[in-house]
Amino acid sequence: MKRFMSLLITVCILLGSLSVVAFAEEQIVLNVYNWGEYIEQETITMFEEKYPNIDVNYTTFDSNESMYSKIVSGAASYDIVIPSEYMVSKLIQEDMLAELDFSNIPNYKHIGEAYKNLASDPENKYSVPYFWGTVVVIYNSAFVSQEDVKDESLELLWNEKYAGKILMFDNPRDSFGISLTRLGYSMNSGNDKEWQEAAKELSEQKPIVQAYVMDAIFDKMEAGEAWIAPYYAGDALVIQETNPDIQFYIPKEGTNLFVDSMCILKTTEHKKEAELFINFMCEPEIGAMNADTVGYATPNTGAQKLLDPEITGNELIYPDEEYLKKNTEVFINLPQKTQMLQSTLWTDLKIISAEDGTEASAIDWIDAFCIIVIVAGGISALYFFIRNTKRKKLWKQ
Amino acid sequence: MKYVSRFYNFLVFAFLYSPIVVMIVYSFNGIKSRSVFEGFSLQWYKELFNDAIIMKSLYISLVIAVLAAVISTVIGTLAAVGINSMKGFKKKVYLSVNNIPMVNPEIVTAVSMMILFVFIISKSNSMEMGFGTLLISHITFCIPYVTLEVLPKIRGMDNNIYNAALDLGCPPAKAFLKVVIPQIKPGIVTGFIMAFTLSLDDFIISYFNSGSTVQTLSVTIFSMTKKPYSPKINALSTLLFVTILILLVSVNIKQTRDDAKKKGARK
Amino acid sequence: MNKNSKGLQRAMTAPFSVWMAIFIIIPIALVLFYAFTDANGSFTFENIMSIWEYRSTYIVSIELAFVATIICLILAYPLAYSISRMKARHQQTMVLLVMLPMWMNFLIRTYAWMTILEDTGLINTLLKAFLSLFGYEFEGFAMINTDGAIILGMVYNFLPYMILPIYTVLTKIDHSVIEAAKDLGANGLHVFTKVLLPQSVPGIISGITMVFVPAVSTFIISKLLGGGMTYLIGDIIENYFLGNTGEVNYNVGAALSLVLMVLILISMGIMNRFDKDAETSGGGLF
Repeated sequence: MKRFMSLLITVCILLGSLSVVAFAEEQIVLNVYNWGEYIEQETITMFEEKYPNIDVNYTTFDSNESMYSKIVSGAASYDIVIPSEYMVSKLIQEDMLAELDFSNIPNYKHIGEAYKNLASDPENKYSVPYFWGTVVVIYNSAFVSQEDVKDESLELLWNEKYAGKILMFDNPRDSFGISLTRLGYSMNSGNDKEWQEAAKELSEQKPIVQAYVMDAIFDKMEAGEAWIAPYYAGDALVIQETNPDIQFYIPKEGTNLFVDSMCILKTTEHKKEAELFINFMCEPEIGAMNADTVGYATPNTGAQKLLDPEITGNELIYPDEEYLKKNTEVFINLPQKTQMLQSTLWTDLKIISAEDGTEASAIDWIDAFCIIVIVAGGISALYFFIRNTKRKKLWKQ
Repeated sequence: MKYVSRFYNFLVFAFLYSPIVVMIVYSFNGIKSRSVFEGFSLQWYKELFNDAIIMKSLYISLVIAVLAAVISTVIGTLAAVGINSMKGFKKKVYLSVNNIPMVNPEIVTAVSMMILFVFIISKSNSMEMGFGTLLISHITFCIPYVTLEVLPKIRGMDNNIYNAALDLGCPPAKAFLKVVIPQIKPGIVTGFIMAFTLSLDDFIISYFNSGSTVQTLSVTIFSMTKKPYSPKINALSTLLFVTILILLVSVNIKQTRDDAKKKGARK
Repeated sequence: MNKNSKGLQRAMTAPFSVWMAIFIIIPIALVLFYAFTDANGSFTFENIMSIWEYRSTYIVSIELAFVATIICLILAYPLAYSISRMKARHQQTMVLLVMLPMWMNFLIRTYAWMTILEDTGLINTLLKAFLSLFGYEFEGFAMINTDGAIILGMVYNFLPYMILPIYTVLTKIDHSVIEAAKDLGANGLHVFTKVLLPQSVPGIISGITMVFVPAVSTFIISKLLGGGMTYLIGDIIENYFLGNTGEVNYNVGAALSLVLMVLILISMGIMNRFDKDAETSGGGLF
């Protein structure tokens, strides 16, 4: 045990020293907070090589909301955050973002006009677009009949023919966005009635939904586990690579245009370096490298020219600007009362299912479990029984 | 009968290890998928070592686990000695306080500490969530396990030797180090391993208390929500698993040899 | 022991006392404070009252955790027993083998279960392939995204916490007592119920505690293996503290935590009645 421990500690220290290199004295540390798996890491290394006095401390979050709560609770230690548009508008409203000095970000000129003047940051003062995309409906053409997809509608997600094979977003903003759009309302509706109606539609959809997931959509769609799912356009291409049966379309009812943007927090102590970082990420070559890895559409027109024309020419990934203006909507920060309503409605949706919905499919599996329990119990009873009888016999002899 | 019980043990271990086998198999996957296996490849192992984010969070996880284990072992062992010498109500109070983090759901421990940290931060401007808060929270939930490992060992200890040392003029502190510690060592060691394991395996407490500039491996993996987690994580876990397994086997072989030697010597 | 050394031993608890006071007692006091106040800090019962809404979630969480605990107990006992009967050296290896999976990140292991349980996953694919050899058309089990899958995830993740404490108490049982019982004519069932079981109660109790408590408050397993179809109480607490559904409210979150804590304390209290020597409570895991 003792030897084992000392070996263990040695291994830990060895492993530790491998990566301790990242910290050096008297360096400016730039804290960057981004979505998980949402960057080409090579670009960070290149940035650090270009500016040897700056170290990037890169950490990741799992949702806009958890990022927000970390910002609110954690106070002043990071510089750049890369949230989605509605979180940008929330941060602006709460006066947490620093106004950018665009003279330090000359590469801003590469950002396409279509991605400026968004509803979330109408005056382009606080944010620089990082990636964008639309929410599309992905389906597996091997199982979903051409008949059902030809009108390219959101109705596919409510089609009972495919019960148990439909996935939905496991986040209220995207799910309610789809439901509201399908009903012809705005995704940013402030009308309680409309939200309740959307919630009702979602709870009616619930019995035919296989699961509410986020990243698991990739694996489930690739393997044919699920056949229909709404997700982000760039990711549909990734899934298609593994499973050529995968097709997708932009729903005709309209869809969400998401724009994740780089922002600098007001509390930063290294605003200039942070702006250098943003400027660096906007360089066409870097933007192209990044877009290659992440797979979403880049707002950087310079980078677009460097990318594979097959991707940039794909109207599903890079729809033209006319279309975007007409058929897409950007999330903006909801009023407090609507946020509360959204929270209640979403929780209700989840809780209701616990009482009916899933029960039907759960039964045979619970049965299987009971069998396991009984078998295990039986074996253990047998164990003691046989053990004993054997002894008894021996004893009798 | 022996076979039934062996078969049963095999089944339980198969249950415990089947996901690990799956994890290892998919670390050799040619594509980035958890469900479709396409071609054998070592690419994820190669990429793993270039992934600064994963390596750094692994480093943080290990440093936190080692520090939390060491500090909680010290505090827990001292506390166990002290608690053992107490009596009646006071002892009961100490034991119940010690039990709180064990019977408290992890999420409640996590949020209660998060509330404390947020409260302190809101009162002072100098503090922030980060390495410190992470370490503190890990130490806190490790201490009780150490105390409970050590306590029975102290109770079973022969006090006369300690008293004899004192009678022979040994100062109490020295007597404690030279007499008491060696006797309760097995408890301390298991307590340490326990604390290390718990800290390494923890997700919930780290998730709520890590702040944004430092994160453990679990938090890094969990943050991969928009994009699927990368098989690099599988590769990393496979490497860790193999390392530990090799350690175990080598320790075992060594012990077997030592035993054989002892037997030989006796002959 | 002389007085001097007793004083020293008392002093040794000082770091423990300070630490636990700051990081256990005060946080719990803060949870209490938040649970009974509103956003402005004035006293209210509203948070506690609002929890009635989530009663079904509490019931589901407790139900699933309860089933998982029972299954863990049934699975763990025979294994713990057979480990305790092995040679000392093998025992050590087996204990480490039980703990080894816990060193792999638990998220990764849970993701691996998804691969195993899915409709197109390993079990169903293998079964289908096997049965098609005999000409059967097999639909496959519906395993993933069910309550059963959540239970499986709980059993899997917390099984070692049940095996180890039971093993610890079983090693302490003097084997000659069992022999004596048998010599006196007790059958297997009697040996188990009259000799083994009573002596292993402390280990069973700490095992149950260590499985039930984390199982009842888990929030990841329901997301990954349950397909996000059901909310467990842990999910709701998480949402209130991190605002994943758009609302951050420490007060309601604290109230939810408080109720969960009280429920668990009550059940632990009831359970500890079965344990005559509550103070030792089976020691820990080893």
